[in-house]
Amino acid sequence: MVDIPDKNLLAPGHRGCAGCGASIAVKLALNALGENTVAISATGCLEVMTTPYPETAWEIPFIHVAFENSGAVASGVESALRIQGKENVNVIAFGGDGGTVDIGLQSLSGAMERGHNMTYICYDNEAYMNTGIQRSGATPFGATTTTSPMGSASFGEDKPKKNMPMIMAAHGIPYVATASIAYPEDYVNKVKKAAETKGPAYIHLQQPCTTGWGYPSDKTIEMGRLAVETGSWILYEIVDGKFEITYRPDERKPVKEYLAPQKRFRHLDDELIEKIQKYVDAECEELGL
Amino acid sequence: MVNIGCVITTPGSSKNNKTGSWRTFKPILDKEKCIDCDNCIVFCPDSCVNKQHDIDYDYCKGCGICANECPSDAIEMVKE
Repeated sequence: MVDIPDKNLLAPGHRGCAGCGASIAVKLALNALGENTVAISATGCLEVMTTPYPETAWEIPFIHVAFENSGAVASGVESALRIQGKENVNVIAFGGDGGTVDIGLQSLSGAMERGHNMTYICYDNEAYMNTGIQRSGATPFGATTTTSPMGSASFGEDKPKKNMPMIMAAHGIPYVATASIAYPEDYVNKVKKAAETKGPAYIHLQQPCTTGWGYPSDKTIEMGRLAVETGSWILYEIVDGKFEITYRPDERKPVKEYLAPQKRFRHLDDELIEKIQKYVDAECEELGL
Repeated sequence: MVNIGCVITTPGSSKNNKTGSWRTFKPILDKEKCIDCDNCIVFCPDSCVNKQHDIDYDYCKGCGICANECPSDAIEMVKE
């Protein structure tokens, strides 16, 4: 069970859509870490919805920075705290998939390579949702977005998702994990482990988006669960180079069950669904699921 | 009045914005049926459910995640 705190560190009144997964992700992470935390966020849904000036939903110190430099700013915050002797403060940076996988990659890579004692959480909703659902490097094969639209000349996104957690693991950092908001115990454990790790830690969190994926707002958690149950999203962690799957579905469901309820995949014909199934099967086999 | 660096000095001031007005469907919890699993607290995107499972209708946007994730069907979504 997830511990329920007396006070939520992400206040209500923020402008996230009804059924927003990002706010669930941040609320759970902050409540797991406690008040002794500094948060940094790249531009994205999270920043726009939680800090409409002159208001903020954050109950802890929070810095908003540009799309590309949350890794750099988190490095600076961590260094400043260390020089002041405040080494027991959690430094946590959030970025969406755009701010992490595409635009923020170079500063994040630098922060990881320099070995700063920080945690980076990528809340991955698989496109640039804040600006109107444009494709990102994390958009999965077959999804329709406003810049990879389906139609007579295209079936949508024609490239598979960038494997960001493995890119981070290739930096040789002590902690890398994937998580899903539909498995809160697993996610909260990973956040705590990441914060306790001396050195950089990276968590790639899949977070369904009601607006961008096109499903009813009450199905946010259900979508996250289907992604994991079908093997489309695999929960694992890599601690000091040792890879381990942290959740195994009893029986892997066909990927169609995950694709069918979503508007962004609704145009796919059986041939393309079969292609996605093969892609998922290959990845599951590679990781030993 | 804009502060230097657009600094906001009051934490959690988004509480000024009561998002309850967004709602079309309202979650009603039957505490008799509640089995205290806390799913509604954990999964609420707007931190609207407290430890006693009281729902804060000032902020609830009516997304329905709590009703969908309730294992004992104790929450019903009712049109406002």
